[in-house]
Amino acid sequence: MAAGVAAWLPFARAAAIGWMPVANCPMPLAPADKNKRQDELIVLNVSGRRFQTWRTTLERYPDTLLGSTEKEFFFNEDTKEYFFDRDPEVFRCVLNFYRTGKLHYPRYECISAYDDELAFYGILPEIIGDCCYEEYKDRKRENAERLMDDNDSENNQESMPSLSFRQTMWRAFENPHTSTLALVFYYVTGFFIAVSVITNVVETVPCGTVPGSKELPCGERYSVAFFCLDTACVMIFTVEYLLRLFAAPSRYRFIRSVMSIIDVVAIMPYYIGLVMTNNEDVSGAFVTLRVFRVFRIFKFSRHSQGLRILGYTLKSCASELGFLLFSLTMAIIIFATVMFYAEKGSSASKFTSIPASFWYTIVTMTTLGYGDMVPKTIAGKIFGSICSLSGVLVIALPVPVIVSNFSRIYHQNQRADKRRAQKKARLARIRVAKTGSSNAYLHSKRNGLLNEALELMGTPEEEHMGKTASLIESQHHHLLHCLEKTTGLSYLVDDPLLSVRTSTIKNHEFIDEQMFEQNCMESSMQNYPSTRSPSLSSHPGLTTTCCSRRSKKTTHLPNSNLPATRLRSMQELSTIHIQGSEQPSLTTSRSSLNLKADDGLRPNCKTSQITTAIISIPTPPALTPEGESRPPPASPGPNTNIPSIASNVVKVSAL
Amino acid sequence: MRGQSRKESLSDSRDLDGSYDQLTGHPPGPTKKALKQRFLKLLPCCGPQALPSVSENSVEDEFELSTVCHRPEGLEQLQEQTKFTRKELQVLYRGFKNECPSGIVNEENFKQIYSQFFPQGDSSTYATFLFNAFDTNHDGSVSFEDFVAGLSVILRGTIDDRLNWAFNLYDLNKDGCITKEEMLDIMKSIYDMMGKYTYPALREEAPREHVESFFQKMDRNKDGVVTVEEFIESCQKDENIMRSMQLFDNVI
Repeated sequence: MAAGVAAWLPFARAAAIGWMPVANCPMPLAPADKNKRQDELIVLNVSGRRFQTWRTTLERYPDTLLGSTEKEFFFNEDTKEYFFDRDPEVFRCVLNFYRTGKLHYPRYECISAYDDELAFYGILPEIIGDCCYEEYKDRKRENAERLMDDNDSENNQESMPSLSFRQTMWRAFENPHTSTLALVFYYVTGFFIAVSVITNVVETVPCGTVPGSKELPCGERYSVAFFCLDTACVMIFTVEYLLRLFAAPSRYRFIRSVMSIIDVVAIMPYYIGLVMTNNEDVSGAFVTLRVFRVFRIFKFSRHSQGLRILGYTLKSCASELGFLLFSLTMAIIIFATVMFYAEKGSSASKFTSIPASFWYTIVTMTTLGYGDMVPKTIAGKIFGSICSLSGVLVIALPVPVIVSNFSRIYHQNQRADKRRAQKKARLARIRVAKTGSSNAYLHSKRNGLLNEALELMGTPEEEHMGKTASLIESQHHHLLHCLEKTTGLSYLVDDPLLSVRTSTIKNHEFIDEQMFEQNCMESSMQNYPSTRSPSLSSHPGLTTTCCSRRSKKTTHLPNSNLPATRLRSMQELSTIHIQGSEQPSLTTSRSSLNLKADDGLRPNCKTSQITTAIISIPTPPALTPEGESRPPPASPGPNTNIPSIASNVVKVSAL
Repeated sequence: MRGQSRKESLSDSRDLDGSYDQLTGHPPGPTKKALKQRFLKLLPCCGPQALPSVSENSVEDEFELSTVCHRPEGLEQLQEQTKFTRKELQVLYRGFKNECPSGIVNEENFKQIYSQFFPQGDSSTYATFLFNAFDTNHDGSVSFEDFVAGLSVILRGTIDDRLNWAFNLYDLNKDGCITKEEMLDIMKSIYDMMGKYTYPALREEAPREHVESFFQKMDRNKDGVVTVEEFIESCQKDENIMRSMQLFDNVI
């Protein structure tokens, strides 16, 4: 039932009065309208733009968000309106759908944004009206093609270490840029295809005369050389074909594919020739078979993308080509008939039959005009001119369609290539953003600890210094921290970025720093074969970074793909020493540390909650895909180290 | 000249057979009249003639109808004339105007709207009867006043008013009495609305039998027609009918 007609339901129900007197049975009870509300205006606030409509308008489609009780989730009690934090432009279309029953697709809108909005409001895109449906479908198809391209290229470039030999080989065949061997193979086959084609061509060139006999083509004069060349080429092609057949994921499909048929047709004549060289009467047939050797030139389409595009275009324009052919045939027959009868009268006319006139018609319609057949009568000339004019028209009509198809496909390919090239840069940027966010986590950990320190030292007015993280960030970091605690591992991060950030911390913590340095040096001397301690003293300004942090760090995010060369060789430790001078209760046992930290946590809910002490040996095995065998004590590290640090400081590793 | 362009597919060969006009999409038959009119207009000798302006199946006429805009009387008058409240009238008008922006409903539109509620069967005949019942001044169109007047009787009127209205609906030629043929037409149209796929399957004689039982109930003096008094009297005696009449109290 269409939307607007719902308003006429009362009329339809009233019209039922005509049935009542003739009814034999009693009528069923009418459904009671429990919430008999007067129709009210409801306000829909979409990102600040207020739309107003009747409640019943929205209730026309009860299976959408606005028509059902789902919209109550968005009701804002204070302003008594429904607030949606979405795009107001698309909402306009959505609301019009409720009003008119027709959903339109605005052309300026991005297709995926529009789809997202429709999905949010629970409207199926299939009900887009006829006026806009075609455009919508076209854009959707383009988008899908683009996504498919992206996915394909993604799949191709994923380094899947678990590919079998067969799969690697297939990938090498399909995409020669994957490895040097594939590239070599690619060029070698290309070279041999060229050699083979040139051989076929040169074979037929007359090569000078042997005295006493007529002119020979080169093929017969140097038959042995040509035979050897041919054999070599065919051997290479055969090997290539067999290798492809072996590597193909679906051999049946591969055999049926066009390229494989071309391969087979290209090498068959040679083998057939080998088999039946001796039989005289079939050698004639064998000679014709040689024609098929020219198919080797189609093997180049594996090497040339343009050729493939051309082939694909022709395939996709099959209907236009068919139409062209059909209309040409019709015109040829018509004009050939007419010319034949027109020229019948003239003597010594070349138009001996209608099929003979076909040649004239074709030559004229394609504006070739060889001149071997010319009409002599006046009628013939008139019809001949009409024929050539119409030929131009008939051919000119379907050609632009084919051209535009080719252009579209070609440009699509160009765009795909461009996207693949841009992908690298994109991925690099994404990686930087990811490391940035994890750096933020560790940075805020340190900040949080610093806050703790300051509070412990009784400088509450400096608390706000550390509150650089927003609430969301701090919650996110807390989440990461909880994960660390759950697994007993911790994140490592790349240093250079971090050092930039930490330098922004003010210098009032300088007091800490020296003690901190000392302790750091001590501990690092104690536990780690670190050679970095001297470097700390040269960087007094950096407060939260320990000596050992001066060294090169690597990013060890669980999902990172960084190569093994950047793996840190040294364990890293960055500690923040919280001088617990006025808190003698600080002990070094982990449990009490935790207790203390928890106590400290409660009043400090507002700050970063990363305050529990961790001293973790970095590079836990799970985080290093490169699989350096870290000593197992790595994971229970947090526990084992603490007893070894018998000092009155709480070392917190801000990793 | 008309500025209308319809995109028709190449596969449509009807235009070659002369049964279909590429431009307007109409069978060329009726437009012959329009063509003739246009041709006559071109001739200098013929002055402006009184060409029939409202005729079926002509593109120009569609233009004319769609530019006609009917405005109902004011809300206060309607409130006096009908038994609806102001708010109810507002709701009704909004629904009415949504479907019929021009302000009036013609029979085609009426039938189309009504058929949306009965997707399975064929409700066009019954819709025609309804249209004739609503169109009290018989001018071929139902304006909002007619519409609301009819609804007022059905939904807010007394039982007698409603029965009167029903009688008026059944009385196709409005001569004050219902004959068996009229009743049969009505019955068939009601059964048509059910469609073909019913359980139990519709029998051929079912409408006729139904009419017979109706007349047995209603026709007191057995004269073959049912007058309005007989009708109302018989209905008042029937419990079912009286109860069903009360269903209309809560429709709006």
